[in-house]
Amino acid sequence: MIAIENISKSFGNKKVLEDVSCEFDKGKINLIIGGSGQGKTVLMKCAVGLFEVDKGKVLYDGRNFSEMTFGERKPIRQEIGMLFQGGALFDSLTVEQNVTFPLKMFTNMTNAEKRDRANFCLHRVNLENVNHLLPSAISGGMKKRVAIARAIAMNPRYLFCDEPNSGLDLKHPFSLTNS
Amino acid sequence: MKGTLFEIGRYFGFIKNLFYKPEKLSIYVRQVFREMVNLGIGSLWLVALTSAFMGAVITIQSAYNLVNPMVPLWAVGIVARDSIIIEFSPTIIMLVLAGKVGSSVASEIGTMRVTEQIDALEIMGINSSGYLVLPKIIAALLICPVVVIISMIVGITGGWVAGDLSGVVPSADYLKGIQNQFLPFNVTFAMIKTVVFAFIITSVPAYHGYYTSGGALEVGQSSTKGVVYSSILILIFDYLLTQLILA
Repeated sequence: MIAIENISKSFGNKKVLEDVSCEFDKGKINLIIGGSGQGKTVLMKCAVGLFEVDKGKVLYDGRNFSEMTFGERKPIRQEIGMLFQGGALFDSLTVEQNVTFPLKMFTNMTNAEKRDRANFCLHRVNLENVNHLLPSAISGGMKKRVAIARAIAMNPRYLFCDEPNSGLDLKHPFSLTNS
Repeated sequence: MKGTLFEIGRYFGFIKNLFYKPEKLSIYVRQVFREMVNLGIGSLWLVALTSAFMGAVITIQSAYNLVNPMVPLWAVGIVARDSIIIEFSPTIIMLVLAGKVGSSVASEIGTMRVTEQIDALEIMGINSSGYLVLPKIIAALLICPVVVIISMIVGITGGWVAGDLSGVVPSADYLKGIQNQFLPFNVTFAMIKTVVFAFIITSVPAYHGYYTSGGALEVGQSSTKGVVYSSILILIFDYLLTQLILA
């Protein structure tokens, strides 16, 4: 379970989050809904530690993530998959290399195993025969789906998705929920 | 003043963060070799071209100025050799590389920052600064001395060819000059300077790229800042090292 307790976050004089608390239960798909510019992305980035909170804490199964050092956060970070609004694919790597990147960094899988896992994840998001293309050669929606495939490659315990359906056609949001 | 101190403090914090234990050493080693090719081999043509012409200009200008009949013609070889080894190759070539390498490093890392690629690395539990910057710094520390030595050879050769072709310094005099009163310590001094400058031309632009926020405009600004600050630091450290080691 992820618990967010009384967090506040400001950028200069602009308060984006003030005393926000919420809980995300295990095994559930939780949605954060709000208007544009209301701080949904900031809340999510605070939850994963990309932004440091000014006040309050974020707990992962009781572990206080906010007060951890970079080294202490590492094992939790490896349990997190995140889909960014813009996909955040690595420009210099092919689609397959993007998906296998976390596997290459954190597992001892053979190349064949990594390729199989990449194909499996890409298949889950309905992408075939794009393994050797660079992100610049695929459409925005395809980039988003590759990013989903990368986010699920390590079979993460926590999956954060920032506007997962934007840029996808009507067919693919459904496949994301299944993924 | 407060802003400058903040930047200096954040720069040293950034450098400290580079040295966390690598996630997978083999991947870092592979990255170092890739960066050596990018930074070093990719800059060789520029270094060779600049060095050949600068060597030629130094030789012809030295010959033009050494018109005293008391000064033998082979002294042109000594002047050209020492100018190239002590100052031209380690300092001017590293300033040229600060422009080429610095802008490429800052814009690459800055673009990764504004497109959230660095955030993606962090989310995976990867030390993003270590993964992106440390291989570049190590590669520069290893390849820049090689590039500078090549620059010295090409520069001295350029001077020889220009002196001979223009008839200003005959080959025999030039070759006698470059072998006369040679101090091997000058090469050591040049290598010390090169290593310090190599660290500057990679770490300073990388720092500016890493802390870019905004969009394409800010990436351009970071790139410019990276080149300007690394060039200024090269000049300051050139003076400091010369004062410390040669004075």
